[in-house]
Amino acid sequence: MDLDHNSVVAFSKSWGLFYLIALAVGVVVYTFWPSNRKRFNQAKNSILGEDDKPWK
Amino acid sequence: MIRQLTSSERQNAAVIAIAVAIVGLAMAAVGRTDVLGVHGVMVMLFAGAVLFYVLSGLYQPEPTEDRETSYYDDPIKVGIVLSMAWAVFGMFMGVWVAAQLAWPNLAFDAGWSSFGRLRPTHTTGVIFGFGGNALIATSFHVVQRTSRARLAGQLSPWFVLLGYNLFCLLAVSGYLIGVTQSKEYAEAEWYADIWLVIVWVTYFILYLRTIARRKEPHIYVANWYFMAFILVVAILHIVNNLALPISWGHAKSYTVWPGVQDAMVQWWYGHNAVAFFLTAGFLGMLYYYLPVRAQRPIFSYRLSILSFWGITFFYMWAGSHHLHYTALPHWVQTLGMTFSVMLLVPSWASAGNALLTLNGAWHRVRDDATLRFMMAAAVFYGISTFEGSFLAIRPVNSLSHYTDWTVGHVHAGALGWVALITFGSLYTLVPSLWKRERMYSAALVEVHFWLAIAGTLIYVFAMWNSGIIQGLMWRTYTEEGALAYSFVDSLVAMYPYYIARAFGGLLFLIGAVVGCYNIWMTVRSAPLAAPLNADVPIAPAVAGE
Repeated sequence: MDLDHNSVVAFSKSWGLFYLIALAVGVVVYTFWPSNRKRFNQAKNSILGEDDKPWK
Repeated sequence: MIRQLTSSERQNAAVIAIAVAIVGLAMAAVGRTDVLGVHGVMVMLFAGAVLFYVLSGLYQPEPTEDRETSYYDDPIKVGIVLSMAWAVFGMFMGVWVAAQLAWPNLAFDAGWSSFGRLRPTHTTGVIFGFGGNALIATSFHVVQRTSRARLAGQLSPWFVLLGYNLFCLLAVSGYLIGVTQSKEYAEAEWYADIWLVIVWVTYFILYLRTIARRKEPHIYVANWYFMAFILVVAILHIVNNLALPISWGHAKSYTVWPGVQDAMVQWWYGHNAVAFFLTAGFLGMLYYYLPVRAQRPIFSYRLSILSFWGITFFYMWAGSHHLHYTALPHWVQTLGMTFSVMLLVPSWASAGNALLTLNGAWHRVRDDATLRFMMAAAVFYGISTFEGSFLAIRPVNSLSHYTDWTVGHVHAGALGWVALITFGSLYTLVPSLWKRERMYSAALVEVHFWLAIAGTLIYVFAMWNSGIIQGLMWRTYTEEGALAYSFVDSLVAMYPYYIARAFGGLLFLIGAVVGCYNIWMTVRSAPLAAPLNADVPIAPAVAGE
């Protein structure tokens, strides 16, 4: 297959679609994975801590 | 500041300064009377000033305390000062060029002060000078606090900050002398671009190494935005600036991209500069400083993750909407249009997330102008992203393109979103960084807020009116099928709006000057006798696993 305009277009119109959908599914799964809930809740409260020193 | 460095670090700083000065000397030698030679001398002076400072402090006492027990705040403080200085410069240039459009005599018949040369000093001054320094400073602050670790380097933060400002100086002075690559937001020539690559890669490595040292198990979402900003800007900058200089001794270069590919690469760069420089990085500020100021966690952490990936993947494809009705293939235009419309979802997710975080704390928004800065920024973010999606639709673009509507849209984003979130973040950051209880004057923050809001609204409404009138006049035909208005007719119609726009920009500039004064007086005021919360134990309930 030579790399002319039409073949590049065909590639990006087909595989481009699939990998973007796969990425979107991956992100949604990661976001709503039940065991991540605790980690996210901790993270969003962590920035409200009052100490201003690095941890050991 | 030099007291924070050990003597071997001071020696390394001197070596780097000498190396940069030698590069400057080489540029001056091969460039001679070309702009490259002028810039070589500038590089030498800059490096010489740094070298003088380092050498004059070479034998000061070394730091005795364990530096790892405190955050590294000196580069952040300098970054804030530089950011505000660039804000005043860049906004002044903006007011000047705006006034030139209404009163062309303000160019004073000189080459360096003509509109075409001053305009990029405005865009570079505000985007890269003001915005870039604010991003570097706040990212250094956020990454340390959210990782509970000190920056992973003593010298590299200074290299990033000072090196970046050297790039800005080379860029802005170059425009005044008359060099440009003719690429919007990437006007600086090849040698400055190479220098920025070195600085930016150092920045990314420093950020990654700091994250790697984190004591928090999870990387807080603001860091994701900052990392996307640093990484993608590096990619954009390198690809768009691939160019061949006409000789090593000459500032002029030509891009490697031909014709319509060049246009596509440029607007892939241009729109992603808006996306990752002016949006992702500032969303990093939003997701940290807004919850901290409101003392409430972000409304939905999950939503912030979804909108992060949405913005990252959608924005990449949106650039071609700048090239509707051009030689660019039709399907590429349609692709850009489609992704631009879809972008509304993650954009409004972020804006909504910010506003819902404030839900239940509206009394604080009413009383605290700093928090109100950030609230207004989220509202303008929502408005301008809606407008952006709308303008990217091809038939709408046929009316708006090349008119002042685009300029109004950019400034709704740049003034209303980027600048307001920056001022809100800086007013949160400055008292805590300099260990003051609060800003010097809450009333002056209030004054700044209303000047900024009034200036933005006047600006944006003037440009909406002007742009739509302009677009309609350009497409009005007589019954015979000839154009009804000449270009000069449309210029005459725009005159009052140009005056209004310059006035709105002036209000915004005055607000920034008030902010500078307030920050300066805060720094000068007496620090707290005892640091806040010095007595609380270090390990709170959510300590690392």
